[in-house]
Amino acid sequence: MAEIELNNKKWGHLKKILERSGPFDTVNFTPSPSNLEFLMTSCKILVIGAGGLGCELLKDLAMMGFKNIDVIDMDTIELSNLNRQFLFRRKDIGASKAQVAAEFINNRIPGTKVTPHFCKIQDYDDSFYQDFHIIVSGLDSIVARRWINGMLISMLRYEDDGSLDQTSIIPLIDGGTEGFKGNARVILPGMTACIDCTLDLFPPQISYPLCTIANTPRLPEHCIEYVKIIQWDKENPFKCALDGDDPEHVTWVYEKAQDRANCFNITGLSYRLVQGVLKHIIPAVSSTNSVIAAVCATEVFKIATSCYEPLNNYLVFNDIDGIYTYKYEAEKKSDCLACSSIPKVISINNPSSMTLQDLIDYLCDSSEFQLKNPALTTSIDGKNKTLYMSAVKSIEEQTRGNLTQSLHELNLVDGQQLMVADATNPNTIVVKLKFTANEVEIFFVTGAQAKHLNSEEASPQNVIDGLQKQPTQTIFFKTYPVRRMKPLNSFGGYKRNFKPSELDISDDAINEIEKRFDDYGHLRFGKRGGGEGDGFDDYGHMRFGR
Amino acid sequence: MSSSVPSPETDKSRKYDRQIRLWGDHGQSLLENSQICLVNANALGTEILKGLVLPGIGSFTIIDHNLVTDEDIGCNFFLEPSSLGQSRAKHCTKFLQELNPDVNGESIDDNIDTIIANNPEFFKNFSVVVSCGLNEKSLIKLSNLLWELNIPFMSCQSVGFLGSARIQMKEHCVIETHPDNKHQDLRLEEAFQTLEEHVSNIKLGPKVPWLIILYKNLEVYRKKHDRKIPNTYKEKSELRDIIRSSMTADEENFEEAIRSVNSSFGGGKVNSEVQKILNDSCCINLNKNSSPFWIMARGLKDFIEKDGKGYLPLPGTIPDMTADTSLYINLQNIYRAKAIQDADAVFRRVQQLLKELNKSSDWISEKDVRLFCREAAYISVTRGSKISDEYEKGSKTSMISDELENPDSLISHYVVLRAMERFQTEHGYIPGEVNVETDPARIKSLATRLVNDWGISSQLNDDLFHEICRYGGAEIHSISSFLGGCCAHEIIKLVTRQYKPFDNTIIYDGIKSQSETFKF
Repeated sequence: MAEIELNNKKWGHLKKILERSGPFDTVNFTPSPSNLEFLMTSCKILVIGAGGLGCELLKDLAMMGFKNIDVIDMDTIELSNLNRQFLFRRKDIGASKAQVAAEFINNRIPGTKVTPHFCKIQDYDDSFYQDFHIIVSGLDSIVARRWINGMLISMLRYEDDGSLDQTSIIPLIDGGTEGFKGNARVILPGMTACIDCTLDLFPPQISYPLCTIANTPRLPEHCIEYVKIIQWDKENPFKCALDGDDPEHVTWVYEKAQDRANCFNITGLSYRLVQGVLKHIIPAVSSTNSVIAAVCATEVFKIATSCYEPLNNYLVFNDIDGIYTYKYEAEKKSDCLACSSIPKVISINNPSSMTLQDLIDYLCDSSEFQLKNPALTTSIDGKNKTLYMSAVKSIEEQTRGNLTQSLHELNLVDGQQLMVADATNPNTIVVKLKFTANEVEIFFVTGAQAKHLNSEEASPQNVIDGLQKQPTQTIFFKTYPVRRMKPLNSFGGYKRNFKPSELDISDDAINEIEKRFDDYGHLRFGKRGGGEGDGFDDYGHMRFGR
Repeated sequence: MSSSVPSPETDKSRKYDRQIRLWGDHGQSLLENSQICLVNANALGTEILKGLVLPGIGSFTIIDHNLVTDEDIGCNFFLEPSSLGQSRAKHCTKFLQELNPDVNGESIDDNIDTIIANNPEFFKNFSVVVSCGLNEKSLIKLSNLLWELNIPFMSCQSVGFLGSARIQMKEHCVIETHPDNKHQDLRLEEAFQTLEEHVSNIKLGPKVPWLIILYKNLEVYRKKHDRKIPNTYKEKSELRDIIRSSMTADEENFEEAIRSVNSSFGGGKVNSEVQKILNDSCCINLNKNSSPFWIMARGLKDFIEKDGKGYLPLPGTIPDMTADTSLYINLQNIYRAKAIQDADAVFRRVQQLLKELNKSSDWISEKDVRLFCREAAYISVTRGSKISDEYEKGSKTSMISDELENPDSLISHYVVLRAMERFQTEHGYIPGEVNVETDPARIKSLATRLVNDWGISSQLNDDLFHEICRYGGAEIHSISSFLGGCCAHEIIKLVTRQYKPFDNTIIYDGIKSQSETFKF
């Protein structure tokens, strides 16, 4: 079969590329019939998503000589897919996208073996994913993109000397479209920028403040959100959750939103807008999907055959005004949540008022994290402690009380590492809390009198000036939040209760004082004067609450 | 439970929902009434039609006298093994039509030259004609014919990892260009009377829209500065300080006003592109053949010069802002009312023009004029040139010459693709089709002759000639699919008269994943 297929005249076009050399070939390319043979017999490609991009990708790859293709999609076919998902017909509505797409390709292009998987990507583990040479994704979900990205990173192997085992890299080609805009990118996990390295490229989802929705609506969207968030639960018209696909539900929301809009003299509400808001509909058209999938398939072909250098590494497409393409090299982030081993640092300046819920909200809302439902665990005094987990009901109940506690009350300290599990990554990620003592005050205390410098004033020169001017018995510093005033008992080599009048501030002492400040003019604590075991941690930060 | 009313959607509006959100019901209706003709159903051709049949054009016609080859089956998705040896037009039509039962497909087995010679009128009823990989002679004939008939024409080709597409049309006018970043037109510098009155009755406070805060403080600034508008960074900073000092509390709306200082002025002015349209002889010298676009443009011009005192009609939309509902809605209504007033003034002028042209007064509706006024700052007119001019006398040769000096420019691809066509004309086969040894030198000498004819003496790089011979006319599916998507989209722009099409040639290099637009 393979032999006959290889010699089939229909592949004449591809053979011109694969069996001839040219000036733009990569150094790894050798023209030979074995190139096509590799595509047809050995090369295994996984297509994630059988929607707008997925249908195009399957067609493109099958027409480019790839024979062994798997496709995975959990969705079923809907009427509104038919304007672009061209492997589906009206009779297929309700059936699995992956199955119908696979069958269509296998029929149209005999010899192609597309294997469908009607399930979620999360249903499979690394043993499934490691079978593929290249993975190409056309997803509408950022969470799923991040998940497969995390999976491929976790499958990387390293040599004893710490260098990356190149054979463990599975390239990920990712495409995305919205209306007349799209992008395509090539990711070599562990080597080039990954999905999480460029998280800030994803626009934040539009959300309206609750007080606007409830009290001062101005747009039709505000009225729709009101019905969706408040009125539906209150009136519960169909005794079930709101389903944006159920015309009765949509109609109910439309009518109620119209009432509310009338009440506030707001115009511009339409049934289509209601649907769009309820389902977060992203406009989509066939042509943009063709373009982006074609770029992705071209890159798969380049990588599989080494014929040309692949895209390095990000392409933006826009055809609102003419046709515009732009490519650039997205940079790998040194503290990437997914592909670096350095824990991401979260700066916290109010650990005594910041609750665990605040921290979770931050992890979900900040552009750097964009997590969905993080479960947090940590280690305190060598013991594992689950801070919060929503997925398991019994644990959720046990840990719910932690949400309203402050980080201090939970005994989390500066430098604390938290293990975070989230839908955006198959693996646990580590984040580190950094308590920034941004409210430094220094007190020069003599008897009942105290003079103090606030954080802006706390510079080496001011400390020296203060020492010279004020008969000082003890220097205290105070950091925010105040747990306890702590005397700085050994400062610049001087003992406490020194008498400034007798003080000879030597160059050494000034040097010593200057060392207590970092490059940003912030006071350092601990290490230099404090010594071990006096309440300072390894990072030179004061420990709180012990 | 509420009474259940049937959903207002039709089956069609549900099927096309995701695209109607982009070009609206009026765009969809234009699309559904369009008739597209494809000459040569290679992979590129069927990919273009796929991108048109799916969103629901009215009908398509394929002209192709070729019989299906093995290679066709290997790169054209709309064929299958059983199609071998049969009519390519017929088989592609059949498989394309399966995509959408709303679309009519027709196939014509004739040679394009025969149709051009015997039945030139045949093309008259198409909205757009598109050809793929047409040979030089036929291309020139078709280009001339469609230019005469004033039918938009797109010529494209996909060779190996390279491709090109060229639009030929005399004139294309777009009202809804949907620019990515619309500049707000709030008219704070030239406040209209009703806005002025409205604002004077409002005291600054926590629930007041930023627009009013900005306006009031702008007036404070202007009193100090001889009625001038802050322009430089320093001047804008001063206005920001004035706003800050007017703050009654630490309120979001004041912050919004401060943030908006940079983006809120300068609306309503006539930019150079619009001015060019207003100065166009089509706008000044209306006649009985003038299109509604030009009549409305003339109405607009007269409005600006008289009623508008140099300003465009007010679009009448304001952005959302933190505010009390009634304060916001009142403000919105004041802008809307003024926009309607302006549009009515334009409409009256348009009615007068229609009367002078002896045209029926309902030829241009009030709704049309309101849309035109709302979009007035972004209207666009593109004028094209004939493809055959590039072949018969060479066009934009100085541009080609300049671009050839730029090593990153894709103009060299244009030269190579043109040389390839010339090669076929002169030698009767595609370079590299059988012989990759001697063809590069032959095609290079043809290319050199070509640019010499254009008066260009630049040295041409050998690499592309070798590469094009390697392809030997091979059509690579993913490259055709890229171009097919682009071309389909441009045809949608042409028939919906929304969004700006490329003007007028795009070159794609799939090796470098790069595209570039040139105007011939």
